[in-house]
Amino acid sequence: MISLVPRKDISLALTVMTPVIAITLTLVVGAIIFATLGYDPLQALYQFFVAPVSRPDQVANLFVKACPLIIIASGLVFCYRANVWNIGAEGQLILGAVFSGYVALTFSDLPGWAMMPLMVFAGALGGLLWAMIPALLKTRFNTNEILVSLMLTYVAALFIDWIVRGPWRDPMSFGFPLTKMYEDAALISRIEFPGIGYLGQLHWGVVGALMLALGAWVVLARMLVGFQVKVMGFAPRAGRFAGCSPAFVTVMVLGISGAAAGVAGMVEVSANIGQLQPDISFGYGFTAIIVAFLARLNPLAVIGAGLVVALAELGGDSAQIALGMPKVVTGVFKGILLFMLLAGETFNRFHVEIRLPRSAKAKQTGG
Amino acid sequence: MEQLILTVILTSVPLIFAASGELIAERSGVLNLGVEGMMLMGAVFAFAVAMGTGSPVLGMFAGAFAGAITAGIFAFFALGLATNQVATGLALTIFGTGLSGLIGAPLVGQAIDGLPQINIPLLAEIPFFGIVMFQHDIMFYIAVIMVGLCAWVLNATRIGLIIRAVGDNHDSAHALGYSVLGVRLLAVIFGGMMAGLGGAYLPLVLTPHWAEGMTAGRGWIALALVVFASWRPWRVLGGAFVFGGITIMQLAGQARGWTIPSQFLSMLPYLATIIVLVLISRNREFALANSPACLGRIFHTEK
Repeated sequence: MISLVPRKDISLALTVMTPVIAITLTLVVGAIIFATLGYDPLQALYQFFVAPVSRPDQVANLFVKACPLIIIASGLVFCYRANVWNIGAEGQLILGAVFSGYVALTFSDLPGWAMMPLMVFAGALGGLLWAMIPALLKTRFNTNEILVSLMLTYVAALFIDWIVRGPWRDPMSFGFPLTKMYEDAALISRIEFPGIGYLGQLHWGVVGALMLALGAWVVLARMLVGFQVKVMGFAPRAGRFAGCSPAFVTVMVLGISGAAAGVAGMVEVSANIGQLQPDISFGYGFTAIIVAFLARLNPLAVIGAGLVVALAELGGDSAQIALGMPKVVTGVFKGILLFMLLAGETFNRFHVEIRLPRSAKAKQTGG
Repeated sequence: MEQLILTVILTSVPLIFAASGELIAERSGVLNLGVEGMMLMGAVFAFAVAMGTGSPVLGMFAGAFAGAITAGIFAFFALGLATNQVATGLALTIFGTGLSGLIGAPLVGQAIDGLPQINIPLLAEIPFFGIVMFQHDIMFYIAVIMVGLCAWVLNATRIGLIIRAVGDNHDSAHALGYSVLGVRLLAVIFGGMMAGLGGAYLPLVLTPHWAEGMTAGRGWIALALVVFASWRPWRVLGGAFVFGGITIMQLAGQARGWTIPSQFLSMLPYLATIIVLVLISRNREFALANSPACLGRIFHTEK
């Protein structure tokens, strides 16, 4: 019989090694799948994980790709720690983009110093409000937040599609579903390094993302709010006795993650696109879920995890161009990675005990 | 009018399959959020086999098989390794969406012959009722039979009693000597098979093509349907027709030139899902009367 036996103490080394082992296993399984489908596995892995980062500017672009993932995952960490399953970050991102877009397009003559904070605020507000729908339905009517937040993602995608084709479409866009370009004040600028100049598309939003992850870590590790989140996740009953309100924590964590996703949407549009269009995100809201898990729900680790997953995203593009693979192949990697991480979590908490049937055991000791 | 009702029924068949399969899995205490992924795997295998062999019936079996295998992956992790069911289900959806796209990439743009319509002799001749109920493809009849079978097994047989016992109190079921993980494994595999059939219905009947992510959220709506049905099989049927009707309403609205932008009409199924979820769950007693007490909880013997 094979059974899982809980470990008495969880070793730090194992905690750190789990994601590394998970990534390695993902590569092995990925290679097997590629080989089965008739691609050269080594060539495929090279295109995926080496080719996209072989120049300094490409490494900079890796950070750009990781930027929205880091921002969203820093917020999701709060939700998942509290056992609240927000899987609608994609929709909250879109609403953040729409709200900040409203500021950028309506108050287009604002100076930069006023524009940026206002847009960040609007983005956060948009995501937050969208996340309040599952939050309030959950606390008020006990409605499942997984399904509601996901359904709202489809609604948000249709909403932005309508807005850029209908009321906000630029009359000069020749019928393309695009809004006006943002003014310079509403664009996040690229970082200019003295002596080197620009490095890829590296922009100030990336710096903001790193600071946000750091801030999330401080709140979660050092502040009362973070403690409440963790208590509600680990031991909701104990939390209630200690005076935490589950409803309050639910609303708070959904608010935090919604606001973070909204900011990600604002940054993505302001730094990389410069106007609203039907597709502003490549599923970042869903991919960030994997980032949060790869980071083992630790906001500081989210930075590293964001970079790893961003590499898989860029790898998907590179494999598409070099090998003609469909873009969705990245999803295969992401799915396997999440499986492996979850399995790693199990091996962290349990060790596998293989008990031989009695007769076999007797034979073994006897011989 | 008959035509409209026929389209509604067609649209609801994938939901009937996927939701009643998931219902059995949930009744045994397992929440598998991977329905969307399993449906897509079912769809792509059904299409590939139907194209390769020229037989849509073989395609149907391939879809069921692919769904079951995909569910097996979920079972390996969530049951075998006791991983978090919510996250594992999400992983399955991400994985299934990706792998089905990868497998289906060479199939894009191809077409197949769909399942033929089977008119039940005599019954199909009945005006209106006969047309609506007895002039369908084989999968519709299978879907209705499966719902009946699920209801019967769950409520009137020993197997159903065991499934419910495992779902409501896995510790007691274990103490009585039932294999909790064994029962759950079979329930999850069954759910996967049904999701695979639901997915297979899309290329075999609704649109004779393969497209990436062609389920368009149906797997998630199926999950909501289980809540809507408050874990009772026959209610799945009613719920699926309601959602089928809403989906068709949007198309009908577009055809009649309603002035509402099409995007808002397309939102209807998703908004309806939310509204229905709220209406069902606000009445706690009704919502939880049949909900399995151990839903989503991890079982391991050392307690």
